[in-house]
Amino acid sequence: MSTAAPNPNLNDGALILAIRSGNQDAMAELYDRYSSVVYAVAMRVLGDTGAAEDVLQEVFMQLWRNPRAFDAGRGSLAPWLAVITRNRAVDVLRKRRPQTEINDTLISIEPDLAADADRGKAVDKVRGVLKDMPAAQRNAIEMAYFEGYSHTEISEKTGEPLGTIKTRIRSGLMLLRKAVEPKP
Amino acid sequence: MSVHEQFAEDLALYALGCLEGDEKLSLEKHLQECASCRRELEELRGSAALLALTASGPRPPARSRTRLVDAIAKEPATMPSRVRTPWWGVLGWVTAAALVIAVTLVWTQNTRLKSNAQQLALLSNQQQSELESARRVVDTLTAQDAMRVSVLPVDMKIPPPEGKAIYSRERNGLIFMASHLQPLPAQKAYELWLIPVQGAPIPAGVFKPDAHGSATVVNPPLPPGVEAKAFAITIEPEQGSKTPTMPIVMVGAGG
Repeated sequence: MSTAAPNPNLNDGALILAIRSGNQDAMAELYDRYSSVVYAVAMRVLGDTGAAEDVLQEVFMQLWRNPRAFDAGRGSLAPWLAVITRNRAVDVLRKRRPQTEINDTLISIEPDLAADADRGKAVDKVRGVLKDMPAAQRNAIEMAYFEGYSHTEISEKTGEPLGTIKTRIRSGLMLLRKAVEPKP
Repeated sequence: MSVHEQFAEDLALYALGCLEGDEKLSLEKHLQECASCRRELEELRGSAALLALTASGPRPPARSRTRLVDAIAKEPATMPSRVRTPWWGVLGWVTAAALVIAVTLVWTQNTRLKSNAQQLALLSNQQQSELESARRVVDTLTAQDAMRVSVLPVDMKIPPPEGKAIYSRERNGLIFMASHLQPLPAQKAYELWLIPVQGAPIPAGVFKPDAHGSATVVNPPLPPGVEAKAFAITIEPEQGSKTPTMPIVMVGAGG
């Protein structure tokens, strides 16, 4: 199998269509585009290279086996892959059976954010918001998202009331969302 | 707190994957009935996706790529590549910078009418069978199960978008076929334009690629007798547009 140079002219949707026809080069191209994203998310959750590599393999094999799970009209694969990876990695972390069917994950990203550059800017904004957030709020969000704790577990671990945790997480997520909304 | 406000708080937790137990079950039940909460959830999941994307770190080791490539080679796609019968045959080709349609005007002239009765009779038979042939052409073009295939050089891996337009000014007929079109965002469509020798571009059909990236336009309504200089494709809102929106994404001139 040749390591063909990435073809920047083909968008993710076109690659997915090729993958649906069994095109292995298109699959390799998609790996070259997004393996870093998937690996980074897996590492963030699992902190272990071996486990992260296994999740990396699983996510791409799932896509190979079921390319119709991604709606080719929806722009970039990156946000969708990031969420699939997070979910699979948290399941591994918590030693659970896979919780989410790959098909059920429908992600809405503003069309503007579909382009790499715009998405990069949006991610930077989110990093900024996280940095500026009160530590307890950032902590709650990260425990929920990257460590896979339930709201009850977070309440127990932090000693904070359940209602406080819920409100903190909700307002934190709304802050992230507001940061990337298109300005009126 | 209204019922909806209560669900609104839970939606954020659900989007982050940290809602559990009865609250999760209640919310899931509510989501089945509430479209606005489903939309809100989708947006919150979008924010969660951006949160996931804040993760950064070193690239995976090279062995991971080899592992994947070997695994997919051992496990060919479950949908076999469809048996493809050639439709167009030889294809026009593409410049480095732009995607080009080769426009071929290949309509053959009909034979001239002769006054001889015998020839009239022959002509009548001939016309009948031509009509039948024409009908079959249209039926095939517009059949629900029509599949179309590009025959490409053997070492070409991922085919670029391409299309062909056949236009007869005399017969006011236009057939356009495209394949390997890139998918479009929702609420957008491709629009075909006939660029006349004189005057503004004429709309010649709005279309969206199917799941395989193919599309066909057969005999759209056109003003009669227009001399075509070129055909072009732009991306428009899905109901179409009266004038083309730049940029032109595909173009080809008659030759």
